[in-house]
Amino acid sequence: MPFFAPGDDPGASFTELLRRTGSEPFAGFAQASVSPSGTGPFDGAHATTVLAVRSTEGVVVAGDRRATSGHLISHRDMRKVFPADSYSAVAIAGAAGPAVQMVRIFQLQLEYYEKIEGKPLSLEGKANQLAEMLRAHLPQAMMGLAVVPIFAGFEPSDGRGRLFQYDVTGGRYEEQDYATAGSGSLHAGTVLKLGFRDDLSEPDALALSVQALWHAADEDSATGGPDPVRGIYPVLAAIGSNGFRQLSDAESGEVFAALQADLASGGNDSPTARMGPPEASR
Amino acid sequence: MSMPGLYVSPEQLMQDRADYARKGIARGRSLVTLEYDGGIALVAENASATLRKVSEIYDRIAFGGVGRYIEFDQLRIAGVRHAELKGYQYSRSDVEARSLANQYAQMLGQFFTHELKPLEVEIVVVEVGTGGEANQLYRIQYDGTVMDEEAYCCIGGDADAVRERVSDGYDPSLDVEAAIRLARSALAGDEREISAADLEVAVLEAVVPDASHRRRCFRRLDDAEVEVALGDDEAAAADEEADQDDS
Repeated sequence: MPFFAPGDDPGASFTELLRRTGSEPFAGFAQASVSPSGTGPFDGAHATTVLAVRSTEGVVVAGDRRATSGHLISHRDMRKVFPADSYSAVAIAGAAGPAVQMVRIFQLQLEYYEKIEGKPLSLEGKANQLAEMLRAHLPQAMMGLAVVPIFAGFEPSDGRGRLFQYDVTGGRYEEQDYATAGSGSLHAGTVLKLGFRDDLSEPDALALSVQALWHAADEDSATGGPDPVRGIYPVLAAIGSNGFRQLSDAESGEVFAALQADLASGGNDSPTARMGPPEASR
Repeated sequence: MSMPGLYVSPEQLMQDRADYARKGIARGRSLVTLEYDGGIALVAENASATLRKVSEIYDRIAFGGVGRYIEFDQLRIAGVRHAELKGYQYSRSDVEARSLANQYAQMLGQFFTHELKPLEVEIVVVEVGTGGEANQLYRIQYDGTVMDEEAYCCIGGDADAVRERVSDGYDPSLDVEAAIRLARSALAGDEREISAADLEVAVLEAVVPDASHRRRCFRRLDDAEVEVALGDDEAAAADEEADQDDS
């Protein structure tokens, strides 16, 4: 049982506790010889498009399910959106192995802090913790194992959703409206940019996220679209005053069915279309 | 080499240490842990709302301590660390109360025999069975003695008297409110009343409501919830009504 002298105590940091007990949380990747292009001896799975959108109720997070290795599809049902704790979520793009490990350590860190200190970290504190983990991961990122997360959450005391974007160096950027990451982020971001409104309700934000992922999958080969044959749909999650909730596959399927029906009928009922032409809103 | 006047027999040494630890523990208030129809309730008499006696260790495991706060709080933190590290290295389902109780026993035994003074604490480690398994209740004393208890378990200065009072009213089919009421009356005895604000209550729920993403069975009840469970708010309302009738 770990017991530390006062002054030598790792406190409420789980990563520090791991180091003190002899297991480096991000070790192993540093020794791997990886070429920057990702075509060297290591060619592990790569996770692609994820996004987050603010809604009037809180924030919505979504991610496709495809993981690729070079030009091949390595997983069809990978999960890239995770609950970080009961009021926040983390979505990941980049090298799948280190990304999933980072999420795991992040989840453990938040719960560990809450138990040791007797109350959860503030949303800002959680966002900073993730930035610190990315900074620790920078040497591996420089070798081609970059991880780029999005962090989104709801602060019960604030009553609003907040979202954070990161870069591989641990840079943390708070976004007001939406955030995207991964190979399809350019296309998804454009759809979000055009469709975002300040008064987007949660169902509208989910519909807009699904539309963004659809267009990302349409343009980017590494982003997976909905797969009704296997019943695999992008992961959709909403965080509000009731905490984190992931939509079931059936619910996600319904949101996609609505989008498909809309696209088939000429696309007049999408959140983007409902916004109206720019003149009309002025 | 003999040292007249300084020799203390091992029996006397152990006796002195045990007396010392018992005296320290007897200064604090007691804690009751009891099984109810949907889990395990931990109820402690505690005037402080922030320095806690009852806490979460892991998904299905909770901790309760009495005696010197700083000492049992360090044990709590060591327990959280042990559980989290084990769950990280293996799997969450591999973290068990039994192994944790043994670790605590080892640590307390070590303190008792090798340190300058023993820890003045008594603790419980409980695990709720979520898949139809039996609940586990372990009580660990200042010298490292572990006891595997059934149904209910009491620690603290007044533990024997409290245990007697719990056993008089105990029934495994108690619901959570009845369990909390029983724990309060057992802690208070006949001469005292304990208000909801002076009770610290937490439960380990075998079936977590809205289990879609919650695996943590531990839930702390705030003062208002405790009042409702105890029926104090109704009693207060009834009193008020009676007062109005009188006037």
